[in-house]
This record gives sequence, structure tokens and C-alpha cells, in this order.
Amino acid sequence: MNDTLIKVDGVSKKFCRSLKKSLWYGLQDLGNELRGRRHGGSGQLRADEFWAVRDASFELSRGECLGLIGHNGAGKTTLLRMLNGLIKPDQGRIEIRGKVGALIALGAGFNPILTGRENIYTNASVLGLSKRYVDAKLDEIIDYSEIGDFIYTPVQNYSSGMSVRLGFSVAAVLIEPDVLFLDEVLAVGDIGFVIKCLNTMRRLAAKSAVVFVSHDMPLVSTFCTRVMVMKNGATLLDSLNPAEGIDRYFSLIKHEQQTSGTGEARVLGLDLLVDGERLTGEEPSIQQGSLATVALRIQVDGPRACAHACLFIDDEAMMQVVCTPIHDAHSEMLCLPPGEHLLEIPLGIIELNAGKYSFMVAIFDATSFSLARVQGLRPFRVFSGRREWGKIVRPAVAQLRALPKKASTLSG
Amino acid sequence: MNEPAITVYTPDSPLSNPLIMVREMFRDLFASRELAWRLAVRDIRAQYRQAFLGILWAFILPLANTVTWIFLSRAGIVSVGETALPYPVYVFTGTMLWAILMDAMNAPLQQTNAARGMLAKLNFPREALVVSGIYLTLFNAGIKIALLIGALILLGMNPGWNALLFPLGILSLILVGTAIGLLITPVGMLYTDVGRALPLLMQFLMYLSPVVFPTPKEGWAATLFKINPLTPLILTARDWLTGFPPEFLGYFLAVNAAALALLLVVLVAYRLAMPILIERMSA
Repeated sequence: MNDTLIKVDGVSKKFCRSLKKSLWYGLQDLGNELRGRRHGGSGQLRADEFWAVRDASFELSRGECLGLIGHNGAGKTTLLRMLNGLIKPDQGRIEIRGKVGALIALGAGFNPILTGRENIYTNASVLGLSKRYVDAKLDEIIDYSEIGDFIYTPVQNYSSGMSVRLGFSVAAVLIEPDVLFLDEVLAVGDIGFVIKCLNTMRRLAAKSAVVFVSHDMPLVSTFCTRVMVMKNGATLLDSLNPAEGIDRYFSLIKHEQQTSGTGEARVLGLDLLVDGERLTGEEPSIQQGSLATVALRIQVDGPRACAHACLFIDDEAMMQVVCTPIHDAHSEMLCLPPGEHLLEIPLGIIELNAGKYSFMVAIFDATSFSLARVQGLRPFRVFSGRREWGKIVRPAVAQLRALPKKASTLSG
Repeated sequence: MNEPAITVYTPDSPLSNPLIMVREMFRDLFASRELAWRLAVRDIRAQYRQAFLGILWAFILPLANTVTWIFLSRAGIVSVGETALPYPVYVFTGTMLWAILMDAMNAPLQQTNAARGMLAKLNFPREALVVSGIYLTLFNAGIKIALLIGALILLGMNPGWNALLFPLGILSLILVGTAIGLLITPVGMLYTDVGRALPLLMQFLMYLSPVVFPTPKEGWAATLFKINPLTPLILTARDWLTGFPPEFLGYFLAVNAAALALLLVVLVAYRLAMPILIERMSA
């Protein structure tokens, strides 16, 4: 049996930058629609319009999860809204088989004056579920949300996390979709609840075709079987290998240099050397496992007698992965007197996972007062045959030993 | 297991397949019963829970209007023509009926506007908003009518058996109000001008309807009163309630038939317009 649940064929959507014109076009579109004319005209842009989604095509079967990734304004959410039937495509065709569920806009339709319990019923009926069905599941919903007695409190007194919890609980307990849409649903909420939500999403996803919009790459990489990278409405890449898609997404991000601190110290230059060769180009690649050295030129101003430095390697999300404090021969922080310095810093073997990285340099005084902190230096990429989970990849060779006579188990 | 339903979205206007579209519209209308009811319950509760005066607000405005007009006529500031009914009864029934019409007329735009957030993000039968607006109007009308009937009994009016037809008068007010309100909703969702101009226009129309003034006997004003399609609605409902034989029954029926036809057309327009409006309202 062919179990393709979503078919998207050459779908495009235009948006307008100017509000006045947008409203006017809206009126024109309205007139055309009521006269039975095709939406979107002949595929030409009117003044001030642009393609929010351009020629998107894919098919998705039950059990698959497509991650839509890209920068803000890339067209992910617009595409999702067309799939959900909220807005009409200007071109192309969308075909959806089966029941659609969406975990989007959790708690939409909540009335702030009414209690959480009352809002459960409204929210559920917006999702197309009957009161009798909700009655049977009410306790389960309240338990799931972990809101407790607040269920009798007006929703306006909820924290934003609590509303989202309640909204998620209603949808999570009640829907059994064939096609599931997820859009940045887990942005709020504490970690315990997020894990619970993820488990629910996995349960739902196993039985449905999922389209997942997120900026959370670790989540995308664990959740999705396929990734589509979008930029300015266009599909840059559609890959069955999420790692490849995520890599492409990160390659879109420019690691820009950002400087903070008092300015009493400056980074004059930072070079990355692999096997003694200086790397050039905007974003050079190095092989995982190669030996790297950093040549760092800094300028320190007076009057302090000593400044210290620390080198970091940041990942694509600008999170620090490796910290290298610059020591002297006695394992103390190296003292940098006022003046210009050239430091050669051996990094050892690069064990970083494939991905995009950059350097950060922090220069501070003896009291840890920051003199300079420069982020986004010398961006580089690490490549390897495959992308593993984890920040550091360190294969180990195991020794096979004979089992002892009486095997003892770990758990006991 | 049933073959799952297939939903198709294309740029084509559903009007190219009118039969399917109308069938789907009625299916959605039917499917949205419970949602409409829930939304109405939600709105009614919220509407009155946050107000100290609660449901009094359903009739405070027409009541104040009545008091103003009784004062104006008693004080001789405005001279009102002869009415068959005692003037206070005339003006009270008139303003109450007018308020019901206005409620019905405002409801579609109001409900759709209030649901912007939901509309932009969730797919549910949009018709539910219209139906919940009608429920809301009916509820508020019920409060007004209870007060109206109470007041009439206090004033010693005996409507007689004709009063059993009065609910029909109310329904036709709501029918006409909803049809007109729904007609302006699509454009009103795009441009706020519509929502602002409506009360202005309706205030003007009120003075061209037998709400606080009786129908003039002659002159161009009399012609305007007679042409005004709202005239037979107000008059017939009032006549049924106060025990007079309705004068304009023919015109009344014609207006209702026209309103019903209009309602069907604008329901279709509303359905077609929603995706286009949603596209424009959420940036």
C-alpha cells in the first residue's frame, strides 16, 4: 500500500512588504476569488512583493519526519501554514491524506478570564473534539499538564510556561493524527516537561507523517529522518541525511566578529596552522584528527603589569566547546606585560565532531576583569566521513577479554 | 478501515466547482455546531464574569436611549408625532429591537476579529465563528426580551395571542442583521474603516426607521421610511408584541426572503475570503 500522506508539488507563495499595498492586494485577491479566478495570478510579482516560498516540492510517508530549517523569514512557517490549509498557495498543489493534527500556537483560543478547566473544553473543540470525548480524558489532560489546582484559576494568572503546558496537554492527550505539524512548540517550558513533550511527540510521530519546524538543531537531528534547508523561500537542500542538512544550515550562518571589554587589549590576528601550514580562505576545512596550532597576536596596554589570556573554540551556536587557558611552563596563567605579543598555542589533535567552529579569545587581568573578549575569530570547518552525536569524537579500540567464570551483572 | 480523506489545496478558486463547495460548506456548518456552542459559552461567560454589572449590560444601552427620548419628548425639546402606542412603550420596544438588530449586525465582524489569533494559526471550520456570533446575539436578545415583556406587563399592555409570533420577528431581525454584518466582514477584516463607519451609518439609519419616531405621514421623509427595508422588520416585531395587526406583512416577508438569499451568498463569500484575509492579517 502506498502510504504517502503529504504530497507537495511546486508550491509557491508571495508576500508583500508594504502594509498598504498588502491590504490593497488582499482586496484585489478577494475580488478575483469571488469571481472564481485563480489565486496568485499568472505567477508574476506585483510591486513590493517577494516570494516567501518558491517552488517547494516533497512527498512524505507515514513514519517519516521532515525537519524544515532555515533562518527567520526563510519561509518555513509559511510553508507549514499552507500545508495546514490556513492560506492558499499562489502556485502548485498540496495533497494531504488523513487526519491532520498540529501542535502550533498552543493555547490559541484560550480566554484569559476563564479557568484552565473551562479553556480545555474550548481548546479541544477548536481541535474538532466533542465534549463527551474530552470529559473522558479530562483527568488525563490535567495530570499531563502537572498544573494541579491552578486548573481552577483564570488563565490570565498563568505564567507563559503554564499556558503552553496546558495547551500542549490538551493537544497531546487528545489528537491521533495521520499528519502532524510541529512549529517551535517547545520554546517555553522547563526541561522536565520538554522531555515529556518529546516523548509524546515521538509517540505521535511514529504513526504519522511529521513536518517539524525548529531552530533547535540537536532536536532536529534526533527527531527528523529528513531535512529541508530553506533560504529566502527557496529550497537549498532536501536530504535524507539530517546531518548534511544541519551542516548546510550552519554554513548559512556567518560567524561575525564581536568584541567586548574595555579595549585595553586587542587581538591583532589569529591564524590556524595545520601541519605547519597557515589556513586561508573564508572558511577553511580541516580533517578530523589533524594536528593544529594557533598563532595569536595580541596587543596589551598598560598600566597593569600582567594580563592573562584564554582561547576557546566555539561551535556553530557560539557555545564554547573547548577552553584552553594559556599557561606558562609552571602551569600558572602566562603573564603578558604591556606590548605586542605573538603566541604559538598547540591545540593538539582536533577531536571535534564535524561541523562549523570559530575561536574566541578572552584577555583579562589578575582580578578576572575583562580587557577584551573577541568572538567569531578564524571560522573553520571540521570534516570527517560521518557526523557523530556528541561534540567530541574520540574513537577507542576495545580489548576483547575472556569472561570470568561467574559473570556478575552491573545492576546487581 | 476507511480510506482516509484527501484534502487538496491549490490556487484555484473553489467557485470553479460550486456544487462541491456548497456541499463542503454545509458539511462544515454542521460539523461546527459544537465548536460554535463552545465559543459562545466561552464568550458569554467571559463577557459577564469581568463586569460588575454582569448581564445588566445587555440592556443598559437601549434603556438609557429610551430614557433620553422620553425625556426629550416630555420636555418638548423634540416633538414626536402621534403614536398608537403610549410613547414610552413605543420608544422602549423600538430601541430594544434596534439594539438586537445592531448586535446581530456587529457579531460577524466582531467574532472574526476577536478570533484573529486562532484563525492565523489553527484550522477549524470558520463558519463556527458566524454561528457562535448568532448564539451570542440570541442570548443577549433573550435578556432584552425578558426585560421588555416584563416592562410591558408592568405598563399594563396585553399583547394577546399575536405575541406568539414575536419570536419570528426577533429571528428575522437577527437574520437580516447577520446577513448585512457578514456582507461587510471580509472587507472589514482588511480595512478598519468599515468597522468605524458602521455605527455612524447605523445611527443615521435609526432615525430613518420607526425606532424612536413614528413613521411620518407625508413628505420625502415618509417615502424614505417606507422604502427603508428595516422599517417593516421593526414595525412587524413591535406590532406582534403589542397586539396590533402588522401593517407591512408583505414587505416584511419579502425582506426576510431577500435576507435569507443574501445570507447564503455572503456565507459563501466569507468562506472563500477567509484564507485570503488570514494571509493579509498575520505578518
